[in-house]
Amino acid sequence: MQRSGLLDRHIAFLEALRGAGLPVSLAEDLDAIEALTALDWGDRATIRDGYAATLVKRHSQRPTFETLFDLYFPRLVGEGARGARDEEEESAVRDNARALVSFRTQLLDALAGGDEETLSRLAAEAVARFGAMPGRGPGLSSWSAYTALQRVSPAELTEQLVRALLAEGRVDGEARRSAGRRIGGFTRRVEDDARRRIAEEKGPDHVANVAVRPSIDRLDFTAARKSDLEEMRREIYPLARRLATRLTQEHHARRRGPLDFRRTVRASISTGGVPLVTHHKPKRPHRTELVVLCDVSGSVASFAQFTLLLVFALRDQFQKVRAFTFIDHVHEVTHHFKPGADVVDVMADLAASASHAALWGRTNYGRAFAKFEEEHADAIGPKTSLLILGDARSNYSDLNERVLRDLAGTARHAWWLNPEHTRHWDTGDSAATKYGEVVPMVECRNLTQLSEFVHDIL
Amino acid sequence: MTWFSSPSDVTTRLAGAGYLADAATATTAFLAGALEKPLLVEGPAGVGKTELAKAVARATGADLVRLQCYEGLDEARALYEWNYKKQLLRIQASQGDDQTWSETHDDIFTDEFLLTRPLLTAIRREEPTVLLIDEVDKTDVEVEGLLLEVLSDFQVTIPELGTVVAVRRPFVVLTSNATRELSEAVKRRCLYLHLGYPDAEREREIVTSQVPDLEDKVAGQLVATVARLRELELKKAPSIAESVDWARTLIALEINDLDDKAIVDTLGVILKHASDQDRAVRELRLRS
Repeated sequence: MQRSGLLDRHIAFLEALRGAGLPVSLAEDLDAIEALTALDWGDRATIRDGYAATLVKRHSQRPTFETLFDLYFPRLVGEGARGARDEEEESAVRDNARALVSFRTQLLDALAGGDEETLSRLAAEAVARFGAMPGRGPGLSSWSAYTALQRVSPAELTEQLVRALLAEGRVDGEARRSAGRRIGGFTRRVEDDARRRIAEEKGPDHVANVAVRPSIDRLDFTAARKSDLEEMRREIYPLARRLATRLTQEHHARRRGPLDFRRTVRASISTGGVPLVTHHKPKRPHRTELVVLCDVSGSVASFAQFTLLLVFALRDQFQKVRAFTFIDHVHEVTHHFKPGADVVDVMADLAASASHAALWGRTNYGRAFAKFEEEHADAIGPKTSLLILGDARSNYSDLNERVLRDLAGTARHAWWLNPEHTRHWDTGDSAATKYGEVVPMVECRNLTQLSEFVHDIL
Repeated sequence: MTWFSSPSDVTTRLAGAGYLADAATATTAFLAGALEKPLLVEGPAGVGKTELAKAVARATGADLVRLQCYEGLDEARALYEWNYKKQLLRIQASQGDDQTWSETHDDIFTDEFLLTRPLLTAIRREEPTVLLIDEVDKTDVEVEGLLLEVLSDFQVTIPELGTVVAVRRPFVVLTSNATRELSEAVKRRCLYLHLGYPDAEREREIVTSQVPDLEDKVAGQLVATVARLRELELKKAPSIAESVDWARTLIALEINDLDDKAIVDTLGVILKHASDQDRAVRELRLRS
């Protein structure tokens, strides 16, 4: 029997989804098939929605799904129907200065207007014209989003775009943000289109393994781009809320204290004196005091900020939270976290205060611990838990493990969160094992690991 | 019975019921009907998750059975309960007679003494039914286990009576604010739809359909302002429900032009955190 190849493509698509970390079960596979049978194949968006409804059960996985769907069920093949028609008239001018100028004018108009349809078309055109990498033989030519973006360099259009948006009546900061987002969006489209073309030539499986970025909650703090960091920051409050709800629920489940005799008897009156349901007095919740000590030197600064934000968003779960930042000197930052304060302001304040945490600006854990013991020894008592954040890279200086041992000994619990992958521990100037012997060290690379950790210590 | 004939049928009929669905919502709702699978709708508060279920009920002429979930919800509130008081009365009343215990026993575990709760009610109904399980993330994990049997086989097992199988499968909608991750088992049995904030065009349609008195110009200004607010980093971005409230507020205050002063005066309707309001005023350069 002649097979259309649709089933093979479907199965390959599912395999790619699984490879990217989406838990797609056999039952969901069958659901998807059933959904596709019920749907009309005329519209690509409908099919995408059908797949999404049956296979993707978590919103954070949606971008991964979109990327893979575009690879396996591309929007158009090659230049598409339109491209073929334009080919004849434009074949002479593929890539020259004049084409570039006119292309950039078109792009600026589309960006200013926010026209999705045109932007997709322009992205395809950008890759076709400026991103082609001729190969030595047939099948060896390829496409490069990097080359295309270098030639078109949409980032240089930012100023013009900002001016266009200002003319529309937007205010300054907002126009700049919005321009940044649109240009970022166009960059992504160009990358997507280059991927699509490569997938067309080499097969989607080849691209799927390398092209897919992890979803935002599994993205490494150290590997995050600027736009990722913004997105992560938006995730902090929802995450804190989720954690808080989960914690309250779990505490309630464990709350059954001693029998409340009075309430039990009162309740039994409605069932003729038979106590069908017993009532219990609530247990007193136990709340810890938390001291957070974090390295804010360049490489790990964003990790420290996220952890601090999360901890302070959960502050009502603790009796008291104090936070200190250090590079080679210690600085208290607790006062920046006012209840209900604005996330962006807090971030800005933290960044500004980082200068107080440094004398010479080279990370020195040993000196920072010594200073902390000297100036803030009162912060740590038998009721406090100590949380240290940092990559344990101390520029080969004295580690001062004795002070750390004293601090950890005084505190009720102590943990160390390290944003580096375990395989990088002890490489170069990392003193992960030495410090890890004093204070238990936990790998914490992304939001998921962070929230799991915070949940476990509460 | 088939619920809808095609995704575009969903769009038109829901629009008739006063709910403007986008393409993804229409496709997923159509699949939920065609595949007879429960539909899990997730998204921030106030984007019309509950309203979707109500609109499906209105559009198809089905009745809505609603189970509002909360912490501590149990089998007795969700599924069924024996009417203890009535059973006690029955036992006491029969004490004078010569009935044996087994007769009384058979007697008190019958339909007469069964209090059906939303889940059982929805399954036993013979008319078309939309079952709305609202805010399912608020419940404890045990209730999810309870939902599994209902959601996959549409049946409920009552030890004393046997298994009740649905005569006619209801259209099930579960809503969740994602405050808690639902178990894989529940998610696997459902179709998933994430409802986010709509684009400007659709939001404008929604606002004008909900508040027909609103002038076109003000509606445009309102939608544009809300879109600008959503681009800011806020603790709680304004939702559709809040846009509609804002439109109603503007009508009540007889504001015909949404200038900076009007926005600042009524900002409390859409932003519910003091820090969010400060940020909005500062970033959008609103001067009162």
